[in-house]
Amino acid sequence: MSARLFTPVRAQLVARAVLWSMMSLALGILALVLWFVLRRGLAHIDWAFVSTAPLDSGRGGGIFPILVGTLEVTLLGVATAAPLGIGTAIYLAEYTKEGRLTRAIRFGSECLAGVPSIIIGLFGFVLFVTTLRLGWSILAGALTLALMTLPLVIRTSEEALKSVPTAYREVALSLGASKWQTMLGVVLPAALPGIFTGLILGLGRAIGETAALIFTAGSSLPHQLPRSLLDGTRTLSIHFYQLAREGISADHAYATAAVLVLAISFINLSSSFAMHRFMRRYG
Amino acid sequence: MRVRFPQLAIVLAGLASAGCAERALHTLTLSGSTSLQPLAEKWAEAYQSHHPGLAIAVQGGGSTAGVQAALSGAAQIGLSSRALTSVELRDVRAIQVARDGIAVVVHPSNPLDDLSLDAVKCIYSGSIKDWRQLQGPPKAITLITREEGSGTRAAFESLVMSKLSISSSALVQDSTGAVRQMVSSDPAAIGYISIGLVDASVKALRLSGVAATEANIDRGAYPLVRPFLFALHGEPNAQTRGFISWVSGPEGRELVRREGMLPATQEGSDARR
Amino acid sequence: MRVADKTVERTLGLIALSSILVLVSITFFIFKEGAPFVYRIGLGNFFSTEWHPTAQRYGISYMIVGTAAVTAGALVFGVPLGIACAVVLGEMAGQTTRTLLKPAIEILAGIPSVVFGFIGISLVLPWIREHLGGPGASGLAGALILGVMILPTIIAISLDALRAVPRSYREASLAIGATEWQTIWRVVLPAARSGIVAAVILGIGRAVGETMAVVMVTGNAVQLPHSPLDPVRTLTANLALEMAYASGDHRAGLFATGIVLFVVIVGLNTIAALVRTRLARPARRRHRWRLTVAEQEPERIEPAVTP
Repeated sequence: MSARLFTPVRAQLVARAVLWSMMSLALGILALVLWFVLRRGLAHIDWAFVSTAPLDSGRGGGIFPILVGTLEVTLLGVATAAPLGIGTAIYLAEYTKEGRLTRAIRFGSECLAGVPSIIIGLFGFVLFVTTLRLGWSILAGALTLALMTLPLVIRTSEEALKSVPTAYREVALSLGASKWQTMLGVVLPAALPGIFTGLILGLGRAIGETAALIFTAGSSLPHQLPRSLLDGTRTLSIHFYQLAREGISADHAYATAAVLVLAISFINLSSSFAMHRFMRRYG
Repeated sequence: MRVRFPQLAIVLAGLASAGCAERALHTLTLSGSTSLQPLAEKWAEAYQSHHPGLAIAVQGGGSTAGVQAALSGAAQIGLSSRALTSVELRDVRAIQVARDGIAVVVHPSNPLDDLSLDAVKCIYSGSIKDWRQLQGPPKAITLITREEGSGTRAAFESLVMSKLSISSSALVQDSTGAVRQMVSSDPAAIGYISIGLVDASVKALRLSGVAATEANIDRGAYPLVRPFLFALHGEPNAQTRGFISWVSGPEGRELVRREGMLPATQEGSDARR
Repeated sequence: MRVADKTVERTLGLIALSSILVLVSITFFIFKEGAPFVYRIGLGNFFSTEWHPTAQRYGISYMIVGTAAVTAGALVFGVPLGIACAVVLGEMAGQTTRTLLKPAIEILAGIPSVVFGFIGISLVLPWIREHLGGPGASGLAGALILGVMILPTIIAISLDALRAVPRSYREASLAIGATEWQTIWRVVLPAARSGIVAAVILGIGRAVGETMAVVMVTGNAVQLPHSPLDPVRTLTANLALEMAYASGDHRAGLFATGIVLFVVIVGLNTIAALVRTRLARPARRRHRWRLTVAEQEPERIEPAVTP
C-alpha cells in the first residue's frame, strides 16, 4: 500500500482487536459477577431452602415466606400499574396525534422513569405508610412499585400497539365496527403478547428493587406466610441485603442472591425473547 | 372488564379498610434500633412459637426512627439503644429491657489490645490520625462510625466524645453488622459495635485495662454501657402488654443472656408499671 | 359492547392524565416538603460545606461533589466500554454471536444493585485497599461499580442508535472502498451521534439516582475528596442513611436534597430529548463522506424495545 504507519488495513486490525477485547472485558465482568454469586450460592439452594420458613434471623431455615411476599408485592405492583399504563398507551397510540400533549405525557413518563428509586420510596413512605396509615405492608410496597414500573409499562405497551399493522384496524373499521370495538376486539388481542411481555419485564425490574421497598414494605423477617395485604414482608433483595450486611449467614446470603439472579435472568431473558418473537411477527 | 381508575381506587380503599381491623388483632410491630433488632427478632421468634396467632414484625431504621414510629403509631413498640431525650420523654414512656455494652473493635491483626477512653476520643475526633502515634504500625487509621440517627452512635457520643464531634472524614455505615464487616476486612480500621455482636471476626479492645465482658458491665467497671429500651406511646393493647411482660420475665431474660447482653436491672424493668 | 366512542376516548384520556398526575404529585410532594426549608435557611447555608443537622447546618456542597465525582468516574469506565460493546454487537458480530451476546447484556442489566454492592464490598474494596491504598471504601470504588451498572443502559440505547443508521450509508461507504473500521468511525458513529449522546445522558441519570450500591462502597464520609481513594458521600446515600429517622428541619433538608436530585434528573431528560431531535438532523449533513444517494428520507429501521 503506502509507506504510512497506519494503513487503513492495519488500523482496521487494531480497531477490531481493541473492540473485541473490550467486549471480552465486559463479558468477563459479567462472568465474574455470576461466578461470585452462583459459586457459593447454588450449593446451598435445595428444596428445603425454598420451601421452609427462616429460623434464627435467617441463619437457618429457608426463604419460603420471603418468596411468597416478594411475589405478592411485585405481582400486585405490576397489576396495579398495568391498567394505568396500558390505558395511557392506548390513548397515546390510538386516540391522539403526535403533538404537544403526547410529547408532554411521554416526557413526563421518561422523567418518572429517571426519578431515583429512593425518592419514590420516600414518597411511598409518606403517602402510603404514614398518611394512608397502611403501615409497612405489602400493599404499600406494591403501590410504590406500581409508580416505578408505570413508565416501563407505558413504553412497552405503546410499542406493542404500534406494531399491530394498520391493516387490522382498517379492515375492522371498514366492516362497520366503532373505534372502541376495533380496539377491544382486534387491536388489543393482537397487541396482547407484546403488552404482556412488557409487564413481565417490569416484574423482573421490580424484583430487584431494594431501596424503595425497605421504606414501604418494610424489612421485618416474616416467619409465616402473609395473611393479608397489610402484613409487612421482606423481599428477596432486602433479605439478601440484611443477611450480607449483618453478616448473619454468608451461605444463605449467597443462596438468596443466587435465587434472585436466576429468577431475574430467567424473567428478563424469556420476556425479551418473547418480545422479539412478537415484534418479528408483526414488524 | 377493563379496570378503570375510579373502580381501582374504590377496591383499594376497601382492601385497606378491611385489612385494618384484621391487622390490629394479629400484628405487633416493633421498629427502631439495628443493635436491638437481632435480640428483638429472637424474642419475636420465641414468643410467636408460643402464640401462633400473633405475627410480630421487627423493622430496623435506627433508634430515632423507632421512637418516631412509636409516636406516629406506625409501630406499637419503638426500639431504642440509647436513653430517650427529654423532648421524646414528653410523649413516650421507656421500659428498659436489656443492657448492652459498646465495644471498641479493631481488626484481629491489630497489635493493640488496650486503649484509654481518652485515646479513643482523640482518635474519633481526628487528633490522632495514624496507628503509629499509638505504638502501632505506620498506617492511617480508618475511622468507622454509625449514621447520625443511630442509638449506638448517640450513646457513643455521649459516653466517649462528650463535647467533641466525630471527625467528618469517618466512614459511615448504616448498621452494626456493616461496621463489624468493615472492621473485619480492613487491618487499619477501628469501629464501635454492640458487645453482643462481637464475634471472632473482630477484636474488642480493653478500655484502660477493663475488658468488654458482661461481668465487667454488671460490676460497673466497663464504662460504655447503654440501655436497650422499649418506647411506648399511649396505652399499649393486650398483645403488646403480653409481649412486654414475657420479655421482662425469666424466658425473655434468658434469651438476652444467650445473645451476649445483660438483662435489664430490676428498677429499669419495674418502670412498666 | 356498545360504549360510545367519545366516552371511551375521554376515559382513556383521563387515565393518561392520571399517569402525569403521578409525576406531578411526586414533584409537588418533594417541593412542598423541601422548598420552604431552603427558603428558610437560605441558599448560602444549603450550599455550604457542613452537613451537621444537629447544629442546623445543612450544606450539601460536599455531597454534590461526591455525586458528581462518582458519576464522572462511572462515565469514564462505562461510556468507552459501553460504546465499544455496542459497536461490536451492532456492527461486527455475526448473527450467532449476537444471539449469544445480547442475552448476556440483559442478564447484566437485571442484576440487583445490592448484589453489585456486595460484590463491591467483597472484591473491589479489598483490592483497592491492597493495591492502591486508602480505606478501600472510596469514590473510585463507587465509580467502578456504577460504571458496570450503567453499561447495559449505554449499550442498549447506543445499539438502537447504531441500528437506526440506514443500511445504505454503510453500503455506500464500503462500496467506495472504505474498510469496516473506517465506515464505523467516519460514517456510522457520526450518524448515530444523537442516539449515543442520549445513551450517555441516560447513563448519567442512572448513575446519579443509584442508591444501595453507593451506600455500600463509597464510605459515606461527608468530606471533599482529594483523591479517588478518599471516601465520599453522594446525595442519594445521604437520603438513604438519614431519612428513616429525620424529623422537622432535618427531614425538610433531606427533601430539599431530593429536589436537587429531581431537578438534575429532569434537566438531564430534557437535554436528552432535545439532543435526540435537534442533533439528529444536522448529523446527516456533516459526515466526511459525501453521499449523493441518501439525500431522501432514509428508511427508518424500527428500533427494538430497550430493556
